[in-house]
Amino acid sequence: MTDLTRLTAAETAAKIASGETSAVEVAQAHLDRIAAIDEKVHAFLHVDTDGALAAARAVDDKRARGEKLGPLAGVPLALKDIFTTEGVPTTVGSKILEGWIPPYDATVTKRLKAAGIVILGKTNMDEFAMGSSTENSAYGPTSNPWDLTRIPGGSGGGSSAALASFQAPLAIGTDTGGSIRQPAAVTGTVGVKPTYGGVSRYGMVAFSSSLDQGGPCARTVLDAALLHEAIAGHDPLDSTSIDAPVPPVVEAARNGDVKGLRVGVVKEFAGEGYQAGVMQRFNESVELLRELGAEVVELSCPSFSYALAAYYLIAPSECSSNLARFDGLRYGLRTGDDGTRSAEEVTSLTREAGFGPEVKRRIMLGTYALSSGYYDAYYGSAQKVRTLITRDFERAFTDVDVLVSPTTPTTAFPIGERADDPMAMYLADLCTIPANLAGNAAMSLPCGLAPEDGLPVGLQIIAPALADDRLYRVGAAVEAAFTARWGHPLLEEAPTL
Amino acid sequence: MPGITREEVAHLGRLSRLELKDEELDHFAEQLDEIIGAVARVSEVAGEDVPPTSHPLPLTNVMRPDTVRPSLTPEQALSGAPAQEQQRFKVPQILGED
Repeated sequence: MTDLTRLTAAETAAKIASGETSAVEVAQAHLDRIAAIDEKVHAFLHVDTDGALAAARAVDDKRARGEKLGPLAGVPLALKDIFTTEGVPTTVGSKILEGWIPPYDATVTKRLKAAGIVILGKTNMDEFAMGSSTENSAYGPTSNPWDLTRIPGGSGGGSSAALASFQAPLAIGTDTGGSIRQPAAVTGTVGVKPTYGGVSRYGMVAFSSSLDQGGPCARTVLDAALLHEAIAGHDPLDSTSIDAPVPPVVEAARNGDVKGLRVGVVKEFAGEGYQAGVMQRFNESVELLRELGAEVVELSCPSFSYALAAYYLIAPSECSSNLARFDGLRYGLRTGDDGTRSAEEVTSLTREAGFGPEVKRRIMLGTYALSSGYYDAYYGSAQKVRTLITRDFERAFTDVDVLVSPTTPTTAFPIGERADDPMAMYLADLCTIPANLAGNAAMSLPCGLAPEDGLPVGLQIIAPALADDRLYRVGAAVEAAFTARWGHPLLEEAPTL
Repeated sequence: MPGITREEVAHLGRLSRLELKDEELDHFAEQLDEIIGAVARVSEVAGEDVPPTSHPLPLTNVMRPDTVRPSLTPEQALSGAPAQEQQRFKVPQILGED
Protein backbone atom coordinates (compact mmCIF):
# COMPACT_ATOMS: atom_id res chain seq x y z
CA MET A 1 0.00 0.00 0.00
CA THR A 2 1.20 3.48 -0.81
CA ASP A 3 2.18 5.58 2.18
CA LEU A 4 0.14 8.69 1.42
CA THR A 5 2.47 10.88 3.50
CA ARG A 6 5.47 10.13 1.26
CA LEU A 7 3.87 11.46 -1.94
CA THR A 8 4.56 14.87 -3.44
CA ALA A 9 1.73 17.40 -3.50
CA ALA A 10 1.41 17.02 -7.28
CA GLU A 11 1.13 13.22 -6.97
CA THR A 12 -1.38 13.52 -4.13
CA ALA A 13 -3.60 15.91 -6.08
CA ALA A 14 -3.51 13.60 -9.12
CA LYS A 15 -4.51 10.55 -7.04
CA ILE A 16 -7.39 12.47 -5.48
CA ALA A 17 -8.55 13.83 -8.84
CA SER A 18 -8.50 10.35 -10.40
CA GLY A 19 -10.34 8.81 -7.46
CA GLU A 20 -7.45 6.48 -6.61
CA THR A 21 -7.64 7.88 -3.08
CA SER A 22 -9.84 10.41 -1.32
CA ALA A 23 -8.95 13.73 0.25
CA VAL A 24 -10.28 12.41 3.57
CA GLU A 25 -7.94 9.39 3.40
CA VAL A 26 -5.01 11.70 2.65
CA ALA A 27 -5.91 14.08 5.48
CA GLN A 28 -6.36 11.19 7.92
CA ALA A 29 -3.00 9.67 6.97
CA HIS A 30 -1.30 12.97 7.78
CA LEU A 31 -3.26 13.50 11.01
CA ASP A 32 -2.19 9.97 12.05
CA ARG A 33 1.43 10.76 11.21
CA ILE A 34 1.23 13.96 13.28
CA ALA A 35 -0.28 12.05 16.21
CA ALA A 36 2.46 9.43 15.94
CA ILE A 37 5.58 11.57 15.67
CA ASP A 38 4.99 15.25 16.40
CA GLU A 39 5.67 14.69 20.06
CA LYS A 40 9.31 14.26 18.99
CA VAL A 41 9.44 17.09 16.45
CA HIS A 42 6.98 19.66 17.83
CA ALA A 43 6.30 21.20 14.42
CA PHE A 44 2.69 22.08 15.25
CA LEU A 45 1.32 24.50 17.83
CA HIS A 46 -2.25 23.61 16.97
CA VAL A 47 -3.70 20.72 14.98
CA ASP A 48 -7.14 21.42 13.51
CA THR A 49 -8.40 17.86 13.09
CA ASP A 50 -12.05 18.76 12.58
CA GLY A 51 -11.33 21.64 10.21
CA ALA A 52 -8.94 19.53 8.14
CA LEU A 53 -11.35 16.62 7.79
CA ALA A 54 -14.23 18.97 6.92
CA ALA A 55 -12.13 20.67 4.24
CA ALA A 56 -11.11 17.27 2.85
CA ARG A 57 -14.72 16.09 2.80
CA ALA A 58 -15.69 19.22 0.87
CA VAL A 59 -13.12 18.33 -1.81
CA ASP A 60 -14.38 14.76 -2.02
CA ASP A 61 -17.98 16.01 -2.29
CA LYS A 62 -17.01 18.42 -5.03
CA ARG A 63 -15.39 15.60 -6.98
CA ALA A 64 -18.45 13.38 -6.42
CA ARG A 65 -20.60 16.12 -7.95
CA GLY A 66 -18.38 16.03 -11.03
CA GLU A 67 -16.94 19.51 -10.47
CA LYS A 68 -13.44 20.30 -11.63
CA LEU A 69 -10.80 20.31 -8.87
CA GLY A 70 -7.92 22.78 -8.65
CA PRO A 71 -4.31 21.58 -9.08
CA LEU A 72 -3.78 21.20 -5.30
CA ALA A 73 -7.30 20.26 -4.19
CA GLY A 74 -7.24 17.93 -1.20
CA VAL A 75 -3.51 18.34 -0.52
CA PRO A 76 -2.70 18.88 3.18
CA LEU A 77 -0.71 21.90 4.31
CA ALA A 78 0.98 23.16 7.47
CA LEU A 79 0.35 26.88 7.99
CA LYS A 80 2.82 29.07 9.86
CA ASP A 81 1.13 30.46 12.96
CA ILE A 82 1.64 34.03 11.75
CA PHE A 83 -1.35 33.96 9.38
CA THR A 84 -4.77 34.64 10.86
CA THR A 85 -7.28 31.80 10.63
CA GLU A 86 -10.91 32.50 11.43
CA GLY A 87 -11.98 30.45 14.44
CA VAL A 88 -8.56 28.79 14.82
CA PRO A 89 -5.95 30.07 17.33
CA THR A 90 -3.14 32.28 16.00
CA THR A 91 -0.30 32.94 18.43
CA VAL A 92 2.70 34.09 16.33
CA GLY A 93 4.69 31.98 18.78
CA SER A 94 4.02 34.57 21.49
CA LYS A 95 2.40 34.52 24.92
CA ILE A 96 0.89 37.90 24.14
CA LEU A 97 -1.54 36.24 21.71
CA GLU A 98 -2.07 33.01 23.66
CA GLY A 99 -5.67 31.90 23.25
CA TRP A 100 -6.53 34.58 20.68
CA ILE A 101 -9.06 33.38 18.10
CA PRO A 102 -8.95 35.66 15.04
CA PRO A 103 -12.32 36.80 13.68
CA TYR A 104 -11.03 36.79 10.08
CA ASP A 105 -8.86 34.89 7.60
CA ALA A 106 -5.64 36.25 6.13
CA THR A 107 -5.72 36.57 2.34
CA VAL A 108 -3.26 33.65 2.13
CA THR A 109 -5.58 31.54 4.32
CA LYS A 110 -8.56 32.48 2.12
CA ARG A 111 -6.70 31.53 -1.05
CA LEU A 112 -5.56 28.20 0.38
CA LYS A 113 -9.15 27.37 1.30
CA ALA A 114 -10.42 28.49 -2.11
CA ALA A 115 -7.87 26.16 -3.75
CA GLY A 116 -9.25 23.22 -1.77
CA ILE A 117 -5.97 22.90 0.15
CA VAL A 118 -6.50 21.17 3.50
CA ILE A 119 -5.01 23.13 6.40
CA LEU A 120 -3.84 20.58 8.99
CA GLY A 121 -2.87 23.11 11.63
CA LYS A 122 -0.59 25.96 12.64
CA THR A 123 3.17 25.57 12.87
CA ASN A 124 5.68 26.66 15.47
CA MET A 125 7.89 29.68 14.88
CA ASP A 126 10.24 32.09 16.58
CA GLU A 127 8.12 34.64 18.42
CA PHE A 128 6.89 37.25 15.91
CA ALA A 129 9.21 35.60 13.34
CA MET A 130 12.26 37.01 15.13
CA GLY A 131 14.93 34.34 15.09
CA SER A 132 16.77 31.72 13.07
CA SER A 133 16.19 28.59 15.15
CA THR A 134 12.55 28.49 16.40
CA GLU A 135 14.02 28.49 19.93
CA ASN A 136 12.44 31.90 20.50
CA SER A 137 8.94 30.39 20.43
CA ALA A 138 7.11 30.93 23.71
CA TYR A 139 5.82 27.37 23.32
CA GLY A 140 9.14 25.53 23.22
CA PRO A 141 11.53 24.69 20.39
CA THR A 142 11.00 22.52 17.31
CA SER A 143 13.49 19.77 16.46
CA ASN A 144 15.19 19.14 13.14
CA PRO A 145 13.93 15.79 11.79
CA TRP A 146 17.46 14.99 10.55
CA ASP A 147 18.80 15.19 14.11
CA LEU A 148 16.37 15.91 16.93
CA THR A 149 19.07 17.66 19.01
CA ARG A 150 19.46 20.34 16.33
CA ILE A 151 17.47 23.38 15.27
CA PRO A 152 15.13 23.21 12.22
CA GLY A 153 15.98 26.78 11.24
CA GLY A 154 13.82 29.78 11.91
CA SER A 155 11.69 31.58 12.12
CA GLY A 156 9.65 29.05 10.13
CA GLY A 157 11.13 25.95 11.77
CA GLY A 158 7.74 24.36 12.38
CA SER A 159 6.87 24.52 8.69
CA SER A 160 10.24 23.14 7.52
CA ALA A 161 10.24 20.39 10.15
CA ALA A 162 6.67 19.37 9.21
CA LEU A 163 7.80 18.89 5.60
CA ALA A 164 11.01 17.04 6.41
CA SER A 165 9.23 14.65 8.78
CA PHE A 166 6.45 13.92 6.26
CA GLN A 167 3.73 15.45 8.42
CA ALA A 168 2.65 17.61 5.46
CA PRO A 169 3.70 17.84 1.79
CA LEU A 170 3.17 21.60 1.70
CA ALA A 171 3.70 24.46 4.13
CA ILE A 172 3.57 28.24 4.21
CA GLY A 173 6.30 30.42 5.65
CA THR A 174 7.22 34.07 5.86
CA ASP A 175 10.62 35.48 5.01
CA THR A 176 11.77 38.80 6.50
CA GLY A 177 15.50 38.04 6.52
CA GLY A 178 15.57 34.38 5.51
CA SER A 179 12.82 32.72 7.59
CA ILE A 180 11.63 30.58 4.65
CA ARG A 181 14.98 29.87 2.97
CA GLN A 182 17.18 29.18 6.00
CA PRO A 183 14.78 26.59 7.52
CA ALA A 184 14.46 24.99 4.06
CA ALA A 185 18.26 24.79 3.78
CA VAL A 186 18.86 23.11 7.13
CA THR A 187 16.02 20.57 6.70
CA GLY A 188 16.68 19.54 3.08
CA THR A 189 13.45 21.08 1.77
CA VAL A 190 12.53 23.75 -0.78
CA GLY A 191 11.54 27.28 0.22
CA VAL A 192 10.82 30.36 -1.84
CA LYS A 193 10.72 34.01 -0.90
CA PRO A 194 8.69 35.55 -3.72
CA THR A 195 9.36 39.05 -5.00
CA TYR A 196 8.35 41.58 -2.32
CA GLY A 197 4.65 42.30 -2.88
CA GLY A 198 4.08 39.01 -4.72
CA VAL A 199 1.99 37.45 -1.94
CA SER A 200 -0.47 39.50 0.13
CA ARG A 201 0.51 40.45 3.68
CA TYR A 202 -3.12 41.00 4.73
CA GLY A 203 -3.72 38.99 7.88
CA MET A 204 -0.03 38.14 8.24
CA VAL A 205 1.06 39.52 11.61
CA ALA A 206 3.52 42.32 10.82
CA PHE A 207 7.15 42.24 11.95
CA SER A 208 9.01 44.45 9.46
CA SER A 209 6.57 45.58 6.81
CA SER A 210 9.04 46.62 4.12
CA LEU A 211 10.75 43.20 4.32
CA ASP A 212 8.07 40.63 5.32
CA GLN A 213 7.07 38.29 2.51
CA GLY A 214 4.94 35.14 2.69
CA GLY A 215 5.81 32.26 0.42
CA PRO A 216 5.67 28.54 -0.36
CA CYS A 217 7.55 25.68 1.33
CA ALA A 218 7.56 22.15 -0.11
CA ARG A 219 9.63 19.04 -0.71
CA THR A 220 9.96 19.57 -4.48
CA VAL A 221 10.41 22.57 -6.76
CA LEU A 222 7.21 21.78 -8.67
CA ASP A 223 5.16 21.53 -5.47
CA ALA A 224 6.51 24.92 -4.36
CA ALA A 225 5.53 26.39 -7.73
CA LEU A 226 2.00 25.00 -7.54
CA LEU A 227 1.61 26.48 -4.06
CA HIS A 228 3.20 29.77 -5.13
CA GLU A 229 0.60 30.10 -7.89
CA ALA A 230 -2.22 29.32 -5.45
CA ILE A 231 -1.34 32.09 -2.99
CA ALA A 232 0.23 34.82 -5.15
CA GLY A 233 -1.36 37.74 -6.94
CA HIS A 234 -2.71 41.20 -6.32
CA ASP A 235 -4.81 41.84 -3.23
CA PRO A 236 -6.58 45.18 -2.82
CA LEU A 237 -6.43 44.66 0.97
CA ASP A 238 -2.61 45.01 0.89
CA SER A 239 -1.55 48.32 -0.59
CA THR A 240 1.99 47.01 -1.18
CA SER A 241 0.80 43.98 -3.12
CA ILE A 242 1.99 44.09 -6.75
CA ASP A 243 -0.75 44.72 -9.29
CA ALA A 244 0.74 42.59 -12.06
CA PRO A 245 0.28 39.04 -13.36
CA VAL A 246 1.91 36.28 -11.28
CA PRO A 247 5.12 35.12 -13.03
CA PRO A 248 4.64 31.73 -14.83
CA VAL A 249 6.21 29.73 -12.01
CA VAL A 250 4.50 26.38 -12.63
CA GLU A 251 5.38 26.37 -16.31
CA ALA A 252 8.98 27.17 -15.36
CA ALA A 253 9.07 24.36 -12.78
CA ARG A 254 7.86 21.91 -15.42
CA ASN A 255 10.57 23.04 -17.84
CA GLY A 256 13.79 23.10 -15.83
CA ASP A 257 16.66 24.31 -17.99
CA VAL A 258 19.85 26.30 -17.50
CA LYS A 259 21.38 26.05 -20.99
CA GLY A 260 22.90 29.38 -21.93
CA LEU A 261 21.86 30.86 -18.57
CA ARG A 262 24.30 33.33 -17.03
CA VAL A 263 24.88 32.53 -13.37
CA GLY A 264 26.72 34.83 -10.97
CA VAL A 265 28.66 33.65 -7.93
CA VAL A 266 28.89 36.49 -5.42
CA LYS A 267 32.43 36.70 -4.06
CA GLU A 268 31.26 38.17 -0.75
CA PHE A 269 29.28 35.01 0.16
CA ALA A 270 32.33 33.01 1.26
CA GLY A 271 35.23 33.08 3.66
CA GLU A 272 35.34 33.22 7.42
CA GLY A 273 32.37 31.58 9.15
CA TYR A 274 31.45 29.35 6.21
CA GLN A 275 31.57 25.64 7.03
CA ALA A 276 33.86 23.60 4.76
CA GLY A 277 31.20 21.01 3.90
CA VAL A 278 28.74 23.76 2.99
CA MET A 279 31.26 25.33 0.61
CA GLN A 280 32.09 21.93 -0.85
CA ARG A 281 28.45 21.20 -1.71
CA PHE A 282 27.99 24.74 -3.00
CA ASN A 283 31.03 24.47 -5.28
CA GLU A 284 29.72 21.15 -6.58
CA SER A 285 26.40 22.87 -7.35
CA VAL A 286 28.20 25.54 -9.34
CA GLU A 287 30.09 22.81 -11.22
CA LEU A 288 26.76 21.06 -11.90
CA LEU A 289 25.29 24.26 -13.33
CA ARG A 290 28.29 24.45 -15.69
CA GLU A 291 27.82 20.82 -16.73
CA LEU A 292 24.15 21.55 -17.44
CA GLY A 293 25.13 24.31 -19.83
CA ALA A 294 25.11 27.47 -17.71
CA GLU A 295 27.78 30.10 -18.02
CA VAL A 296 29.16 30.85 -14.55
CA VAL A 297 30.95 34.08 -13.66
CA GLU A 298 32.25 35.36 -10.36
CA LEU A 299 31.25 38.88 -9.46
CA SER A 300 31.44 41.28 -6.55
CA CYS A 301 28.63 42.98 -4.62
CA PRO A 302 30.74 45.00 -2.16
CA SER A 303 27.80 46.44 -0.20
CA PHE A 304 26.56 42.97 0.76
CA SER A 305 29.06 42.89 3.60
CA TYR A 306 27.01 45.68 5.22
CA ALA A 307 23.65 43.95 4.69
CA LEU A 308 23.49 42.20 8.06
CA ALA A 309 24.21 45.43 9.93
CA ALA A 310 21.64 47.37 7.90
CA TYR A 311 19.05 44.65 8.41
CA TYR A 312 19.49 44.62 12.19
CA LEU A 313 18.70 48.32 12.24
CA ILE A 314 15.87 48.41 9.70
CA ALA A 315 13.97 45.32 10.89
CA PRO A 316 14.06 46.27 14.61
CA SER A 317 13.09 49.86 13.76
CA GLU A 318 10.02 48.72 11.85
CA CYS A 319 9.20 46.13 14.52
CA SER A 320 9.35 48.68 17.32
CA SER A 321 6.61 50.55 15.51
CA ASN A 322 4.56 47.52 14.34
CA LEU A 323 4.50 45.86 17.75
CA ALA A 324 3.18 49.00 19.43
CA ARG A 325 -0.28 47.64 18.61
CA PHE A 326 0.16 44.95 21.27
CA ASP A 327 -0.99 47.20 24.07
CA GLY A 328 -3.27 44.85 26.02
CA LEU A 329 -6.29 47.01 25.28
CA ARG A 330 -8.17 45.51 22.35
CA TYR A 331 -7.09 41.87 22.05
CA GLY A 332 -4.57 39.44 23.43
CA LEU A 333 -3.04 39.37 26.89
CA ARG A 334 -3.80 42.03 29.53
CA THR A 335 -1.80 41.98 32.75
CA GLY A 336 -2.06 43.99 35.97
CA ASP A 337 -5.44 45.66 35.36
CA ASP A 338 -6.50 45.77 39.02
CA GLY A 339 -8.41 49.05 38.85
CA THR A 340 -5.59 51.13 40.34
CA ARG A 341 -3.28 51.29 37.33
CA SER A 342 -3.42 53.58 34.31
CA ALA A 343 -3.68 52.25 30.76
CA GLU A 344 -0.02 53.06 30.20
CA GLU A 345 1.05 51.06 33.25
CA VAL A 346 -1.14 48.13 32.25
CA THR A 347 0.31 48.24 28.71
CA SER A 348 3.89 48.19 30.07
CA LEU A 349 3.14 45.29 32.42
CA THR A 350 1.36 43.38 29.65
CA ARG A 351 4.22 43.79 27.17
CA GLU A 352 6.79 42.86 29.82
CA ALA A 353 4.87 39.66 30.60
CA GLY A 354 3.82 38.84 27.02
CA PHE A 355 7.01 39.35 25.00
CA GLY A 356 10.08 37.10 25.14
CA PRO A 357 13.70 38.33 25.35
CA GLU A 358 14.45 38.51 21.59
CA VAL A 359 11.30 40.54 20.90
CA LYS A 360 12.18 42.92 23.74
CA ARG A 361 15.75 43.27 22.45
CA ARG A 362 14.55 44.14 18.97
CA ILE A 363 11.90 46.60 20.16
CA MET A 364 14.50 48.43 22.27
CA LEU A 365 17.10 48.29 19.50
CA GLY A 366 14.59 49.81 17.07
CA THR A 367 13.54 52.43 19.59
CA TYR A 368 17.21 53.32 20.04
CA ALA A 369 17.91 53.47 16.29
CA LEU A 370 14.92 55.75 15.70
CA SER A 371 15.49 58.11 18.62
CA SER A 372 16.51 61.69 17.89
CA GLY A 373 20.26 62.11 17.97
CA TYR A 374 20.86 58.56 16.75
CA TYR A 375 18.43 58.46 13.81
CA ASP A 376 20.83 59.67 11.11
CA ALA A 377 23.77 57.54 12.24
CA TYR A 378 21.73 54.33 12.54
CA TYR A 379 18.37 54.14 10.76
CA GLY A 380 19.28 56.79 8.18
CA SER A 381 22.61 55.13 7.35
CA ALA A 382 20.98 51.71 7.15
CA GLN A 383 18.50 53.03 4.59
CA LYS A 384 21.39 54.33 2.50
CA VAL A 385 23.07 50.93 2.68
CA ARG A 386 19.79 49.53 1.42
CA THR A 387 20.14 51.75 -1.65
CA LEU A 388 23.72 50.54 -2.22
CA ILE A 389 22.66 46.90 -1.95
CA THR A 390 19.84 47.45 -4.43
CA ARG A 391 22.35 49.07 -6.82
CA ASP A 392 24.74 46.11 -6.41
CA PHE A 393 21.92 43.76 -7.42
CA GLU A 394 20.94 45.95 -10.37
CA ARG A 395 24.52 45.99 -11.61
CA ALA A 396 24.88 42.23 -11.13
CA PHE A 397 21.66 41.52 -13.02
CA THR A 398 22.89 43.44 -16.06
CA ASP A 399 25.64 40.78 -16.33
CA VAL A 400 23.86 37.63 -15.15
CA ASP A 401 20.36 36.12 -15.06
CA VAL A 402 20.53 34.72 -11.53
CA LEU A 403 22.89 34.75 -8.56
CA VAL A 404 23.74 31.67 -6.52
CA SER A 405 25.22 31.20 -3.05
CA PRO A 406 25.01 28.85 -0.10
CA THR A 407 21.70 29.60 1.66
CA THR A 408 23.32 29.50 5.09
CA PRO A 409 26.96 29.60 6.20
CA THR A 410 26.58 26.42 8.30
CA THR A 411 24.35 23.38 8.63
CA ALA A 412 21.83 23.10 11.50
CA PHE A 413 23.47 23.94 14.82
CA PRO A 414 22.62 22.25 18.14
CA ILE A 415 19.59 23.50 20.08
CA GLY A 416 20.85 25.86 22.79
CA GLU A 417 24.19 26.67 21.15
CA ARG A 418 23.32 30.25 20.14
CA ALA A 419 20.15 30.75 22.18
CA ASP A 420 21.49 33.60 24.33
CA ASP A 421 24.07 34.94 21.87
CA PRO A 422 22.09 37.23 19.54
CA MET A 423 25.00 38.19 17.26
CA ALA A 424 25.94 34.52 16.65
CA MET A 425 22.31 33.76 15.86
CA TYR A 426 22.06 36.69 13.43
CA LEU A 427 24.92 35.28 11.33
CA ALA A 428 22.62 32.46 10.16
CA ASP A 429 20.94 35.02 7.87
CA LEU A 430 24.13 36.36 6.31
CA CYS A 431 23.36 35.16 2.76
CA THR A 432 19.59 35.54 2.76
CA ILE A 433 19.20 39.14 3.96
CA PRO A 434 20.33 41.06 0.84
CA ALA A 435 17.36 39.75 -1.21
CA ASN A 436 14.94 41.01 1.45
CA LEU A 437 16.51 44.46 1.54
CA ALA A 438 16.22 44.79 -2.25
CA GLY A 439 12.88 42.97 -2.58
CA ASN A 440 14.19 40.30 -4.99
CA ALA A 441 12.88 36.76 -5.40
CA ALA A 442 14.98 33.93 -3.95
CA MET A 443 14.82 30.16 -3.43
CA SER A 444 16.64 27.58 -1.36
CA LEU A 445 16.77 23.95 -2.46
CA PRO A 446 18.79 20.97 -1.23
CA CYS A 447 22.24 20.42 -2.76
CA GLY A 448 23.49 17.53 -0.62
CA LEU A 449 24.65 16.63 2.87
CA ALA A 450 27.73 18.16 4.44
CA PRO A 451 30.36 15.40 4.66
CA GLU A 452 31.46 16.33 8.19
CA ASP A 453 28.03 16.11 9.89
CA GLY A 454 25.68 14.46 7.37
CA LEU A 455 23.25 17.39 7.56
CA PRO A 456 21.49 19.09 4.64
CA VAL A 457 23.02 22.02 2.75
CA GLY A 458 20.94 24.54 0.82
CA LEU A 459 21.69 26.20 -2.51
CA GLN A 460 20.29 29.72 -2.78
CA ILE A 461 19.19 31.12 -6.14
CA ILE A 462 18.39 34.84 -6.37
CA ALA A 463 16.48 36.41 -9.28
CA PRO A 464 15.51 40.01 -10.02
CA ALA A 465 12.16 41.29 -8.73
CA LEU A 466 9.21 39.93 -10.74
CA ALA A 467 11.38 37.19 -12.29
CA ASP A 468 10.31 34.52 -9.79
CA ASP A 469 9.87 32.04 -12.65
CA ARG A 470 13.66 32.01 -13.18
CA LEU A 471 14.10 30.50 -9.72
CA TYR A 472 11.85 27.61 -10.65
CA ARG A 473 13.42 27.06 -14.08
CA VAL A 474 16.89 26.85 -12.53
CA GLY A 475 15.72 25.04 -9.40
CA ALA A 476 13.91 22.33 -11.37
CA ALA A 477 16.99 21.68 -13.51
CA VAL A 478 19.29 21.46 -10.48
CA GLU A 479 16.82 19.27 -8.57
CA ALA A 480 16.44 16.84 -11.48
CA ALA A 481 20.21 16.54 -11.95
CA PHE A 482 20.91 16.04 -8.24
CA THR A 483 18.08 13.52 -7.83
CA ALA A 484 19.48 11.53 -10.77
CA ARG A 485 22.97 11.67 -9.26
CA TRP A 486 21.79 10.61 -5.77
CA GLY A 487 19.36 8.03 -7.16
CA HIS A 488 16.54 9.43 -4.97
CA PRO A 489 15.35 12.69 -3.41
CA LEU A 490 17.61 13.84 -0.55
CA LEU A 491 14.84 13.48 2.05
CA GLU A 492 14.83 9.70 1.48
CA GLU A 493 17.98 9.75 3.59
CA ALA A 494 16.35 11.48 6.57
CA PRO A 495 15.53 9.35 9.64
CA THR A 496 11.99 7.94 9.48
CA LEU A 497 11.33 8.85 13.17
CA MET B 1 29.69 55.58 20.49
CA PRO B 2 29.57 55.15 24.27
CA GLY B 3 28.50 51.81 25.73
CA ILE B 4 24.85 51.20 26.61
CA THR B 5 24.30 51.58 30.35
CA ARG B 6 21.60 50.00 32.47
CA GLU B 7 20.08 53.48 32.88
CA GLU B 8 19.79 53.76 29.11
CA VAL B 9 18.14 50.34 28.92
CA ALA B 10 15.66 51.44 31.58
CA HIS B 11 14.94 54.57 29.51
CA LEU B 12 14.51 52.50 26.32
CA GLY B 13 12.21 50.21 28.28
CA ARG B 14 10.06 53.17 29.30
CA LEU B 15 9.93 54.50 25.72
CA SER B 16 9.04 50.99 24.48
CA ARG B 17 6.37 50.45 27.18
CA LEU B 18 8.23 47.52 28.70
CA GLU B 19 8.21 47.33 32.52
CA LEU B 20 11.63 45.66 32.61
CA LYS B 21 12.68 43.70 35.68
CA ASP B 22 15.81 44.74 37.49
CA GLU B 23 17.73 41.61 36.51
CA GLU B 24 16.93 42.21 32.83
CA LEU B 25 18.64 45.61 32.75
CA ASP B 26 22.26 44.42 33.00
CA HIS B 27 21.73 41.50 30.65
CA PHE B 28 20.07 43.65 27.97
CA ALA B 29 22.65 46.41 28.42
CA GLU B 30 25.45 43.99 27.62
CA GLN B 31 23.64 42.46 24.64
CA LEU B 32 22.37 45.73 23.16
CA ASP B 33 25.86 47.18 23.50
CA GLU B 34 27.30 44.28 21.53
CA ILE B 35 24.62 44.48 18.82
CA ILE B 36 24.84 48.26 18.45
CA GLY B 37 28.62 48.02 18.31
CA ALA B 38 28.31 45.54 15.44
CA VAL B 39 25.68 47.39 13.40
CA ALA B 40 27.23 50.86 13.80
CA ARG B 41 29.42 50.17 10.77
CA VAL B 42 26.51 51.12 8.49
CA SER B 43 27.58 54.73 8.91
CA GLU B 44 31.01 53.99 7.36
CA VAL B 45 29.88 53.19 3.88
CA ALA B 46 27.33 55.51 2.30
CA GLY B 47 28.17 59.07 1.34
CA GLU B 48 25.98 62.19 1.53
CA ASP B 49 24.93 61.69 -2.10
CA VAL B 50 23.30 58.28 -1.55
CA PRO B 51 19.53 58.59 -1.17
CA PRO B 52 17.82 56.43 1.48
CA THR B 53 15.57 53.50 0.52
CA SER B 54 12.64 52.92 2.83
CA HIS B 55 10.84 50.33 0.76
CA PRO B 56 11.56 47.97 -2.16
CA LEU B 57 8.58 49.21 -4.19
CA PRO B 58 8.35 52.80 -5.42
CA LEU B 59 4.77 53.25 -4.24
CA THR B 60 3.06 56.42 -3.10
CA ASN B 61 -0.44 56.76 -1.70
CA VAL B 62 -2.22 53.70 -3.05
CA MET B 63 -5.87 54.76 -3.13
CA ARG B 64 -9.08 52.80 -3.49
CA PRO B 65 -12.60 54.01 -4.23
CA ASP B 66 -14.38 55.13 -1.07
CA THR B 67 -17.14 52.53 -1.18
CA VAL B 68 -18.91 50.64 1.57
CA ARG B 69 -17.80 47.02 1.90
CA PRO B 70 -18.40 44.27 4.42
CA SER B 71 -16.42 44.52 7.65
CA LEU B 72 -16.33 42.87 11.06
CA THR B 73 -19.47 43.04 13.17
CA PRO B 74 -19.11 44.67 16.61
CA GLU B 75 -19.28 41.18 18.16
CA GLN B 76 -16.44 39.95 15.95
CA ALA B 77 -14.33 43.06 16.55
CA LEU B 78 -14.78 42.70 20.29
CA SER B 79 -14.32 38.92 20.32
CA GLY B 80 -10.72 39.13 21.52
CA ALA B 81 -11.15 42.06 23.90
CA PRO B 82 -9.72 41.52 27.40
CA ALA B 83 -12.70 43.50 28.73
CA GLN B 84 -15.73 45.09 27.11
CA GLU B 85 -18.79 47.09 28.02
CA GLN B 86 -21.73 48.35 25.93
CA GLN B 87 -20.17 47.15 22.64
CA ARG B 88 -16.95 49.01 23.40
CA PHE B 89 -13.43 48.07 24.45
CA LYS B 90 -13.15 48.61 28.20
CA VAL B 91 -9.71 49.97 29.05
CA PRO B 92 -7.94 51.19 32.20
CA GLN B 93 -7.92 54.90 32.96
CA ILE B 94 -6.08 56.84 30.22
CA LEU B 95 -6.25 60.47 31.44
CA GLY B 96 -5.44 61.68 34.98
CA GLU B 97 -8.08 62.96 37.45
CA ASP B 98 -7.37 66.60 36.77
